Amino acid sequence: MEAFDFSVISENWRFLAEGLQYTVQVTVVAMVGGIVLGTLLALMRLSSKKALQLVAAAYVNFFRSIPLVQVILAFFLIIPLVLQLITGELTPIGAEKSAYFTFAIFEAAYYSEIMRSGIQSVPRGQVGAGYALGFTYAQTMRYVVLPQAFRNMLPVLLTQTIVLFQDISLVYAIGATDFFGAADKITQRDLRPVEMYTTVAVVYFVICFLLSRLVKRLQAKVAIIR
Amino acid sequence: MNYHWNWMFFFQEGDDGLRYYEWILSGMTWTTVVSLGGLALAMALGSVLGIMRTTPDRRLVAIGDIYVDIFRNVPLIVQLFMWFFVFPEFLPEKAGMWVKQELPYYVTAIVGLGLYTAARIAEQVKSGINSLPRGQRNAGLALGFTEWQTYRYVRLPMAYRIVLPALTSESMNIFKNSSVTYAVGILELYFQYKQIIEKTSQVLEITIVVTLIYFTLAFTMNRILAVVEKRTRVPGYISGGQGGH
Amino acid sequence: MKTRSLLIASTAVAALCTLSQSALAETTLEKIKASGAIVVGHRESSVPFSYLDADQKPIGYMMDICAEIVDAVKGELKLPSLQVKYQPVTSQNRIPLMQNGTIDLECGSTTNSVARQQQVAFSVTPFITSVRMAVRKDSGVKDLGDLDGKPVATTTGTTSDGLIKKNERGKSIDVRNLYGKDHADSFLMVASGRAAAFVMDDILLAGLIASSKNPADFAIVGPSLRDEPYGVMLRKDDPSFKALVDKAVTAIMASGEVEKLYNKWFMSPIPPRNVNLNFPMSAALKEAIAHPTDKGVE
Repeated sequence: MEAFDFSVISENWRFLAEGLQYTVQVTVVAMVGGIVLGTLLALMRLSSKKALQLVAAAYVNFFRSIPLVQVILAFFLIIPLVLQLITGELTPIGAEKSAYFTFAIFEAAYYSEIMRSGIQSVPRGQVGAGYALGFTYAQTMRYVVLPQAFRNMLPVLLTQTIVLFQDISLVYAIGATDFFGAADKITQRDLRPVEMYTTVAVVYFVICFLLSRLVKRLQAKVAIIR
Repeated sequence: MNYHWNWMFFFQEGDDGLRYYEWILSGMTWTTVVSLGGLALAMALGSVLGIMRTTPDRRLVAIGDIYVDIFRNVPLIVQLFMWFFVFPEFLPEKAGMWVKQELPYYVTAIVGLGLYTAARIAEQVKSGINSLPRGQRNAGLALGFTEWQTYRYVRLPMAYRIVLPALTSESMNIFKNSSVTYAVGILELYFQYKQIIEKTSQVLEITIVVTLIYFTLAFTMNRILAVVEKRTRVPGYISGGQGGH
Repeated sequence: MKTRSLLIASTAVAALCTLSQSALAETTLEKIKASGAIVVGHRESSVPFSYLDADQKPIGYMMDICAEIVDAVKGELKLPSLQVKYQPVTSQNRIPLMQNGTIDLECGSTTNSVARQQQVAFSVTPFITSVRMAVRKDSGVKDLGDLDGKPVATTTGTTSDGLIKKNERGKSIDVRNLYGKDHADSFLMVASGRAAAFVMDDILLAGLIASSKNPADFAIVGPSLRDEPYGVMLRKDDPSFKALVDKAVTAIMASGEVEKLYNKWFMSPIPPRNVNLNFPMSAALKEAIAHPTDKGVE
């Protein structure tokens, strides 16, 4: 085969960096949105109201049973239909914007399972103690249970976020320009798949490996404090 | 909303003379083939790697650790593209050409999906073995078992029962993850889903149907492994009936 | 009594039907007049027919032809200040967007086929493409026969995809289809040796080759699997608008203006990267310009 030519990377690093930036942005938005929504779902699942439990369980099991690529494509196509239903106007939303919603909604299902076990890891007595202090349900959750659940689960939440960071690459399915999408578009133009995909794999590896080591350290720290 | 529901389109003919429901059935078949193929490879390799990581031999542990680190920290779609576009270029030219033009794509897809999933299974197997009390290994050694025999007769039978729920959920995951192989030319269910949308624009009907199929595939896998779990349960030991949800 | 209420009911239903039909029957010209704007659907990367330039403005051969059509609409409605709105479309949504009234004209690279004529209408043909194959020169593939048993790239959702499937059955040649998600993806399969050929409209192949790093590495070979006319897409069952569009397009064909546009887009360097497609006018197209037709391909 021809000699490797890594100039394709140096010539296009700016485009790649923009792609990586987009990947990070979606990761952060989906993480925050997913954790907020996921915590709500976890509280619903643990509430005493049967209806709330059912709704949350259905949500979580639904999104955990279907492939992410399918959700990405389906949301991309269905969100405009729904918007049209609400506003009466055809409002095409681009692939880039669509991904923010999709990932927040999809990841909420996974974050909610983590938060649920986090909440369950807080001894029941603490809830009782909260009530005894005259806290309402919301206050007990806000000041007693959730801070601890969050702390206990922080390493797991972050590990899930690393998975999320990798999963953003699936926006390939709708042609959005994330890090992988940017690499893919340059590859198609300059026809240097070997150099480009190898670089992408290495960059993903370095970022995710370092992050997962950081999480491991954090895990050790959290464990000691507890 | 200007959406025209039309459930009958499943019985219309596509370009190749087959009806759309037949496209879906063929996609389902490929999803199953690629998933089960990948799962078999992942179970075998993942078990070997998982066991290696619990042995006293540092080199084996290191190999297992490095494998898991690499394959867990690169997105699946990038791994598949590496096998598809990059790997053949590092082979001698003739072999590379053979891989590119003669080797069926599903082999590449199964290998890619299997190697990716193996890392996750290796994690489960390792934690299963490590969760056993150390005394079990020592007891085995005291009985005159070799290291390998303590795995074969003492530790693995227990460890696999412990990790079965986790393996169940990996087995369900692989059906979902197999959808990514569409990107390397596998005509599986997601590919057909995408293709049918392009041809017919009946987004909602096909989304409902394909979602239900993925549900069914995952659920079937779950039930099969639930039976395995029930059959292999050691009475009075592990709290049974947890299922893999 | 019973018959009477039945009669009333059926009359009411019939009236309702006529009503909803007349609501839909507003012609494109009436719609344009009422809204004071014409909406032109365009593609984003259909070089050189309809694509975005460096300023994200739609340009191309079809866009120039559509500009002539828009001028004709302005003249017809006596609205010189008619607003022109642009709406990007894709090969997946162009037909639904035309049907639901989002766009009034689609100026892209849409094949005028008999099947599509069930859903939409087309102008007379200003361009004809032939389905041929792009190969790597060093692959040794020169003709269809060389493809037996080889993987062949095709793009999903396009007419060529169906064509291979049909041809594959008809001929003794047995190819393995490899699906790219778009044309660039399919071309990459050929460039990387994954596929022996990419069977597609020759003009699109010429574009992919011209804009690749080493255009000399690739060639377009083989016979035409079939000719496909491209047309400006219009709403179906709107004879007054179609007549106006056809008149405008036929006029520039008769005046020789079309040749000038053709040379501008197919035989000269074009934005954004000043690539020259070097794609001389085919005999089939010369014929279609001499004798304008809106016949669709089967």
